[in-house]
Amino acid sequence: MFLLQILANGIVLGCLYACIAAGFSLVWGVLNVINLMHGSFIVLGSYLAWAAYNGLGISPWITLLVAAPLFYGAGWLMQRGVLNRVIAAPVLVTLTLTFGLDLMLNNAMLLAFKADYRKLILDPPLGTLALGSVVVPVDRLVAMLFALVLTAALYLILRKSRVGRAIIAVRLDRDAATLMGVHVKSIYAAAFGFGAAMAGCAGVLLALIFPISPLSSTAYLGKAFVVCVLGGLGSVPGAVLGGLVLGILESFGAMAFGPEHAVTLSFGLLILFLIFRPQGLIGRRGFD
Amino acid sequence: MTTGARNALLVGAVLLLAALPLVGDTYALRLGTFACMYAVMAVSWNVIGGMAGYPSFATAAFFGLGAYAGGVLLSKGGGLAGALLLSGTLAFAGAMLLGVVLLRLRGHYFAVASLAVAEVLRELANTATDLTGGGMGLNIPLAATSGGPQAEASFYFLLMWALLLLTLGVVLALERSRLGFGLQCIRQNESAADMIGVNATLYKSLAFAISGVFVAMAGTVYAAWVHYIEPPDVFDILFSVKPIVMALLGGLGSTAGALLGAFAFLAIEETVWRNSLEIHTGLLGLLIVVLLLFLPNGIVSLARRLRGSGASGG
Repeated sequence: MFLLQILANGIVLGCLYACIAAGFSLVWGVLNVINLMHGSFIVLGSYLAWAAYNGLGISPWITLLVAAPLFYGAGWLMQRGVLNRVIAAPVLVTLTLTFGLDLMLNNAMLLAFKADYRKLILDPPLGTLALGSVVVPVDRLVAMLFALVLTAALYLILRKSRVGRAIIAVRLDRDAATLMGVHVKSIYAAAFGFGAAMAGCAGVLLALIFPISPLSSTAYLGKAFVVCVLGGLGSVPGAVLGGLVLGILESFGAMAFGPEHAVTLSFGLLILFLIFRPQGLIGRRGFD
Repeated sequence: MTTGARNALLVGAVLLLAALPLVGDTYALRLGTFACMYAVMAVSWNVIGGMAGYPSFATAAFFGLGAYAGGVLLSKGGGLAGALLLSGTLAFAGAMLLGVVLLRLRGHYFAVASLAVAEVLRELANTATDLTGGGMGLNIPLAATSGGPQAEASFYFLLMWALLLLTLGVVLALERSRLGFGLQCIRQNESAADMIGVNATLYKSLAFAISGVFVAMAGTVYAAWVHYIEPPDVFDILFSVKPIVMALLGGLGSTAGALLGAFAFLAIEETVWRNSLEIHTGLLGLLIVVLLLFLPNGIVSLARRLRGSGASGG
């Protein structure tokens, strides 16, 4: 069935979108900072996968293990060194600051990798999997599974681990958390680190599917925005739901209106959601 | 110096700029046109971002709208006055309508929504190929000025300069008016402003519309000036961010600061651009970061700080 194929494409895409947005949503929800570097972090992760595979012959699945701590560390340092200085400043300041940092990062990537598109091609290719009339490339399927595993891992860290509980506590009530002995600044750094790690890992996975270029960073950032607002801010299940909704909607929308209208569709949806349901599909009201 | 005296001084300086076509070559005129364009953007943004305190990223949306609305009309053989009128009206009406819904959002939500407006308009311009030429861009015929490049450059400089004067006149009058006072109230505490009878929705929408109308007209002048526009050029997100940086550079919230910040920004940008083409966006980013971390109240505060430390030292 043709529709089933489109649905399958949408679900694969949606799981990757969830992975892109989970970290972004965490940072936005906990720190109240929109990290405009998120897209560039993702692209940087893609380059890491590309360089590791083409330079050293390391498969992307192994690169994930390196990417996660590497990006966590970079994000942690970024928050401790720069962003914590303006964390209490108005929206305008934090937003403009991460924009400035993104300009620097993106420019550095343009210099280092040039603007031409690269592609990570696995050798030998993994082939395709056919379930009835639905055909899915295996590399996409594996990338989707890893995206789900990563997102679930983030969920578990937030639920079960000590640092995760502290992050949730700071999100719910910063002052009360401080009084309970939580060191807020290092929790902010940890949250930003997790956000960066998710972006980097998502980038490694996306390298298998999309061409890599510094110019794709804004497109990824746009997806993260839309997914966050659709699903509800600061929650991992919200990011998964939002990702799936966007992925499926884009696939069917591309069929109905043509792929060139995908961006208009998703941003139109974003504006409608912001106006009529700013808490998202399953978010709660009151978190700003 | 009182605010009134400072404003008078700056308006005087802007008036003096009119002499530029008599003394400057085409490069100076090009810079001057950009200076006036940036100043229109920064002073306009300050109405919604500085006075009302709403972090708008919609400047690129207004600019692109004006460039395309005016550009399409010009390419269909319309006159420049008609194009300016069309883009101004379109931006004002659009902003009033959008404002009623968007300005109910606060903080990040408003910022993201205003950002999304530019993205949607960009994609619409990209896909409405019949009207806008889509990704191929839009060619705009040369205006019927005779007398070569110098005359042409002077013409567009004076046009942009006149637009800046108009913008300054309206915004300075607004600052002293009931509307300006209401916006200050809204920035400090919107609920309280509502309570004492400020019609917050109307005031905010008006501020949004005024912040859009001159930027759209600047977009039309830009389109006529460069003769060729394409969606990624005129809907560039940098057009949304630069006015904010200019306003921050000059010190947030005052018209004079925004004007000063625009000129200072252009000076920095031109120097950086000319000397390091490969890394100019990175350096622009560095400027933003340094500014926000170390000089959050603008260059005006630098003078005050130096004076302050001098007084305590002596």
